[in-house]
Formats: sequence, structure tokens, C-alpha cells
Amino acid sequence: MTDISQPDAFRLTKELARERRQAQINKRFAAETRFKYLGLGAVALAVAFLGLLLSTVVFQGLPAFAYHYVKMPIAFGGIKAGTDPKTVDYDTLYKDAVKEVLPFASGRKDRRVARGLFSAGSVILLQRQANETPELLGTEGDVYIPVSDFTDLYLKELVAKNDVSRPSVSLTISKADSGYILTAPAGTFGRAISDVRQAIGDRAEAQFRELSSLRKNLAEQARIAGSSSAEAVVQKAKEATEALSSQVERKQAGYDALIARQTASEINEKMDAILPSLLVHAAGGTFKATMLSSGKVEAVALVPPSAEGFTGAGVAAGDWTLRTIKVAESNRKFSDKEVAMIEKLRSEDRIERRWNSIFFGYGASREPEMAGVWGAVVGSFFTMLVTLAIAFPLGVSSAIYLEEFAPKNRITQLIEVNINNLAAVPSIVFGLLGLAVFLNWFSMPRSAPLVGGAVLALMTLPTIIIASRAALKAVPPSIREAALGVGASRIQAVFHHVLPLAMPGILTGTIIGMAQALGETAPLLMIGMVAFIVDVPGSFTDPATVLPVQIFMWADFPEPLFQQKTAAAILILLGFLVIMNAIAVLLRKRFERRW
Amino acid sequence: MNLMSGVEQEAAVNQAIEPSIKMRGEKVSVFYGDKQALFDVDLDIPECQVMALIGPSGCGKSTFLRCLNRMNDTIDICRVSGNIQLDNEDIYAPHVDVVELRARVGMVFQKPNPFPKSIFENVAYGPRIHGLTKDRTDLEEVVTTSLQRAGLFEEVKDRLDEPGTGLSGGQQQRLCIARAIAVSPEVILMDEPCSALDPIATAIVEELIAELRENYTIVIVTHSMQQAARVSQKTAMFHLGNLVEVDETDTMFTNPKSQKTQDYITGRYG
Repeated sequence: MTDISQPDAFRLTKELARERRQAQINKRFAAETRFKYLGLGAVALAVAFLGLLLSTVVFQGLPAFAYHYVKMPIAFGGIKAGTDPKTVDYDTLYKDAVKEVLPFASGRKDRRVARGLFSAGSVILLQRQANETPELLGTEGDVYIPVSDFTDLYLKELVAKNDVSRPSVSLTISKADSGYILTAPAGTFGRAISDVRQAIGDRAEAQFRELSSLRKNLAEQARIAGSSSAEAVVQKAKEATEALSSQVERKQAGYDALIARQTASEINEKMDAILPSLLVHAAGGTFKATMLSSGKVEAVALVPPSAEGFTGAGVAAGDWTLRTIKVAESNRKFSDKEVAMIEKLRSEDRIERRWNSIFFGYGASREPEMAGVWGAVVGSFFTMLVTLAIAFPLGVSSAIYLEEFAPKNRITQLIEVNINNLAAVPSIVFGLLGLAVFLNWFSMPRSAPLVGGAVLALMTLPTIIIASRAALKAVPPSIREAALGVGASRIQAVFHHVLPLAMPGILTGTIIGMAQALGETAPLLMIGMVAFIVDVPGSFTDPATVLPVQIFMWADFPEPLFQQKTAAAILILLGFLVIMNAIAVLLRKRFERRW
Repeated sequence: MNLMSGVEQEAAVNQAIEPSIKMRGEKVSVFYGDKQALFDVDLDIPECQVMALIGPSGCGKSTFLRCLNRMNDTIDICRVSGNIQLDNEDIYAPHVDVVELRARVGMVFQKPNPFPKSIFENVAYGPRIHGLTKDRTDLEEVVTTSLQRAGLFEEVKDRLDEPGTGLSGGQQQRLCIARAIAVSPEVILMDEPCSALDPIATAIVEELIAELRENYTIVIVTHSMQQAARVSQKTAMFHLGNLVEVDETDTMFTNPKSQKTQDYITGRYG
């Protein structure tokens, strides 16, 4: 009775306890569910980012694995067999071959365009091939020459989208004063016309936006002129208004003209460099439209029609093709002339997409198409070999000594703390150390895998030591006791029992350390491995670069092909990491099977 | 009760032929850092008998056991003073090789700890590192005999190449015993060998100990009074690092001299 009258007294009845317990359970449930979904969300986010990263790199990098080559009729056959490859004039041979495949490029400018289609390193490549296989001299046959970087991009359809069609009507070609006139039934060029109109429409829209901003300015100035009382301000505003209104008029006139062009019922469009290109491949030549109307095209020949093709009679349906390139010529790096020439070579089956052996076989180059990753791969290989040879035995021995044999005193504690701290030292500091000690003091060669490997070994050591110690510590002491109990010495106990059991962990640590070293750039910059090295290294003391440094350097170059090669090199680096991890897994499996 | 009578009979036999002393500890003191764990223990271990060391936890019986084959050397802070002899030779003398000592004084641990290798390798490891066998057939012979003596051979003879860690707890402990006897030790130290085993496995191991007594001197640390009574001929009682009492097992269990022993074995203490 008194309980009820005292509101402050708290009594935990069974019912109340049950009720509160239930409430608490509901709260806990909600919290756990929340946690679960947060975790799932985090995982999903991570997977999404990983997928994004991988897909970007793969899509960017995969095209670089293949490259387009052109079959060149290099006149090696005209050279006497057994000639010293060093005495051959490859430049002339190459120039003659270009002349042979593109005979119509006779003018100075055309010849320059023609040579620009192929790699600037072609002559060097020829020289290298002849040096490698002197039997080539004196034998007839085509030689594969890489195309230039933009040609390759065009052939991979990365420059601009080409729209190619084969109309099912016949075409008549006739010569006119300043070119050719192509006629076909009305509507044949409808697709090109709609592209052109769209381009005009886009330009009109842009004009319109400029026009409206001008109008806004004009209105503002007019308002100032009308509202201000200061004479000078009014005067200034009036002048501005006048200038603006004349500008607006000009723009308006331009806009109106564009609209008129876009909506005109009778099409007669002059094709300038800011409009899409229309190319017609017919009669062995390529014509570029200069004036476009529904059934008639005035054109110039980018590739002149062949004598047997251009008979004056019509070209039958299916024997000619229409190519529209939506991106205007002034907006792309590959001109219509180049398109015409390369399409000519393609129609003669001279172009071939092949495995990019230059990328996988050569070292660095300033020419994007001549740049290869092989030099960096070999450099990385040598560097990793040095790193492994130094860091693994040293790291594992240190770990064994510290963990199994070292007396526990001040000095070993100090060493332990320092090793742990060493793992957190920024890698560039190791580079500085390498520069000061290995290069300046020991006078070891600059840019060499030997030095790079040594520096990376220093960087990897703490990782390996820490991982190995953890692995050794994880072996139950009962195993040591068992071995000692049978009469094994401490060294026998460690090497017969503890070390094999710890090996999987040690290997994992080593692989992690090596993977870290494989991807490291900063310390190598300090010891000169960032240099531009063309030759593939042949030994530990040759100048070399490594994959991540190569990626770092390529990423700096503006050429699109270098961007592709950057992504491709990243793919290769990732591939190596995957292979290393696979080896680690395999080794661990093997070791684990022993017990 | 009839177990007791069996022990009595054995004791009678043992008294008839006075056994020689295999190991002798004189004024053995052990320090862990500053803490003294064992105080001037004098204990003789007779040959070809089972000596049980009993006492409450932390009384120093395991410490004393581990002194007998210098397993305490592995603990950095551990220091042993006094004199321990094996066949009248000081085992802590500077010229003594600890590896040879441990080959002569084998050890079985509290928790079965087979190597994570095959059953065969477990037993063969000791003979191999000590160079006891010259060829493979000898080694196989030793492994087979050791497993047979440990009473394990029949159970594992078809799977000698399977991992020793895959056996049951009792089998693992017998494997450890087989491993210990494979190097032909003279003394076997057992540190609570049955504490991790169920009663059936315990019974098997105890039987094994009784058989092994014919060839080996055995020192066993145990927490079980019954086990001490069943398997040992002599018992030593430790308390707080001191040796309280040592006597024939049946005397100790029927008529202890010390009140502490009396309390401990009747369960009033510890």
C-alpha cells in the first residue's frame, strides 16, 4: 500500500523485468541488423571500387597488347646476299617502299603525310632486323613495319567513329574543273546530310547560348544607362550598349544563317573543316566531299582513282563505299587524307593487327609506338632477384636469432623496437640511404638493379623479419620441448621442427614484402633508376628501370598511346603480383602437406 | 583395494632386492629470477622403479623433474644450484653435453605433443639425430619395437605415414612415449602424462608404465593420488618447494610420517 503512495520507489517486478528485457532485445536486434548491413555495404563498396579500378585498367590497357603493322615491300632482294648489314642505306630502302605502296603521294606535303602514317622508328627497326638476321638481305619478301601511334589509334577506332555503308545504288563519277562530281540517286547521301545538319544544329545551339549571354549583358547595360544619375556612368553604359548591340546583331545574323542552313529544304552544303567528313571510296580512289547535296557531291580526290577503275562509266552498286566521320577534321589528330591513305593500304591487305611484339620485346623509347615494357620487366626481375637474395636469408636469419636464440635483454629489446620502427620509415628515406651509402660511399653503379635491389632489400627486411618472427612465435612451444626432450639441440629443434612449421607464414611475409618492393617507386628515384634507359639490361650492373618507375614515367607523357601502354604496364605489374601470390599459395600448400 | 594389494606385493619384491641408485639430487635449489622455487632438495631415484612426485600445484615437483634432464636450461631466468648426478656423474658439470644427457634421460610431457609429421617420422626422429641406426631397415626395426613397447603398434601399423597429430589423445601420448623410448634412454621423466587423457586412455598408459619399469627408471609427476599409488614403488611429497617426505609408496600411503602428507593424501589439503 505504501509502495503506491511513494512514486520514487522503484520495484523491479517480474513483469517489468520481462518487458524491459524484451525492449533491450529489440534494441540489440536492431543494432546487430544495422551492423550487418553496414558491413555488407562496406564490402559492396570495396568490391565496386575494385571492379571499377580493374575494369578501367583492363579496358585501357588491353588495346596496347595488339598493334597494327603494315606489310612493306622493302627491297632487300636488290641487295647482294652477304652484304654487311651496317653498310646498307636503310633510309632509301624505306623511302622507296613508302613510295611504292603510296605512289600517288608525290608532292612534298603528301610525302610527309605518307611517311607520318608509319612509325618514326621504322628505319631503326629495319636496321635492327637486318643486323639480327643478315640472311634477310638478298631475299625478297615483305617486312612488317609498325604504323605510327595515331594510325594505330585510328585503326583501333579510338580516334573517331567511322560510319561505313555500302549503298545499293550505282554511282557516276565525272571530272570537273577543280575535282570530280559524283552523282547518285537522290537520298543516297541522306545519312551524311543528317550528320551535317546535326553538326550545324550543335553549332547553332552554341551560338544561341553566346547570344543569350550577350543579350543579358546588353539588358544590364541598358538598365544602368536608364537608372544611373551620374553623367559619366550613363555615357559609358551607352557606349557599351552600342558595342554590344552590334555584336548581338552579328551573332543573330550568324545564328539565323545556321538555322536557315539546318532547315533549308534544298540542300547544298559547303563542307568546311568544322563539319563532319564524307569520304567516298570508289574506282580505286577516295573522294572527299566539298559540296554536298541530296544526290550530287562535288569532291576532291584524296587518293586518285586508278586508271582501270575510272572509265567514265558508272560504278555498280556494291562496288563503292560511303564513309562518314562525325568528328570534324579540325577536331581530330587524323586527317581525311591520312584516313584515305590508310584505307587504301587496308584495301590492299597491307595492314595487319598483330601481337604487339615491340611492347613486349623492347625497352623504353620517346616514340610511343617503339616503347616497350620488356626493359622494365627484366630490370624488375633482376632487382627482385637481388632483393630476394639479400632480404630473405638476412631477414629469416635475424628473425630466428631474435626469436629463438637471442638473450632477452636491453640490447635485443632496443633492436626489436628499431626493427618495428624501420617498417614505418618512408621508403624515400631508404632511397636517400642508398644514394649516400651505396652510390657515394661504395661507388656502386648508378641506375643498376644491384643497387636498386639492395635498397629495396633494406626496405623489405623489417617486413620479412616481423612476419617471420610472428610465424616463429606462432609455433607452439610444445614442439620445441618435444624436440629438446628427445635430445635435439636447440639449433636442431629450430631447423628440424620450428622453421618448417613457420615456413608458410615466413613465405607469406616474404611475398608481401616482395610485392611491396615490386611496386615501389620512390626509393629507386633516388638512385637513378628513373632514367630513360633504352637498352634491355643484361646483368645486375647494367643501367635499368623497373615496372612501377616505367609506369610512372609513361603516365607523364601526353600521347594517347602512352596512356594505353601505361595501363598495359599496370596490367603486367598486376599479373606479376598475381603470379607471385599464386606461387606463395602453392608453396604454402606444399609445406602444409608435409604434416 | 586389490590394486593396493598388488602394489604391496611388488613392494615386497622390491624390498627383497635393494635397487641401486640411478639418479641422485643433493641440495638442489632452483631460482626463477629472484624467486626461489626449490629449497635444498635431496632425493635419490632408484633404478628400474617408478618414483612418483606428488604435491599441490606450485610445489616444485615439475621444476625438480625438469632439472633431471636440464630442460630448465631453456628458461632464461632459471638458475639451478646443488648437485644432480646420473650414474654418479654430475649432469650440470661443464663438460656434459646436454643433448647426450637428454638422450639418456627422456621426457614425456603433460600435453601430448607429437611432431606434425608422420607417425613413423615421430618415432624415427630421435634415433636419426643421434645416429643410432645405420640404415633404413634398422630404423624401421627400432620404430616398430618402440611402437610395440608403447602398445601402439597394432593400432597404427597400417598408417605409419599418416600424421601423428591425427591420432586420439591417448594414442598421441603413447606415441610420445614411443618417441621417448626409441632413443633407448635410461630414465624416462613423465610430467603428468595422463592429465589430458580420459580414464580409459589413462589406464592404458598406466599399464604401459608398469611394463616399462622393467627396463627403464621412471620418474612421474602426478596430481592423482590413486595413480601414484597404482604405478609407483616410491613416492616423494613436495610442498612449497621443499621435499616433505620420501618413502616406499605403500608406506607413504598407509602410514605417512608427516602430518602434511597425511592431510594431502587424504584430501584434506591441496
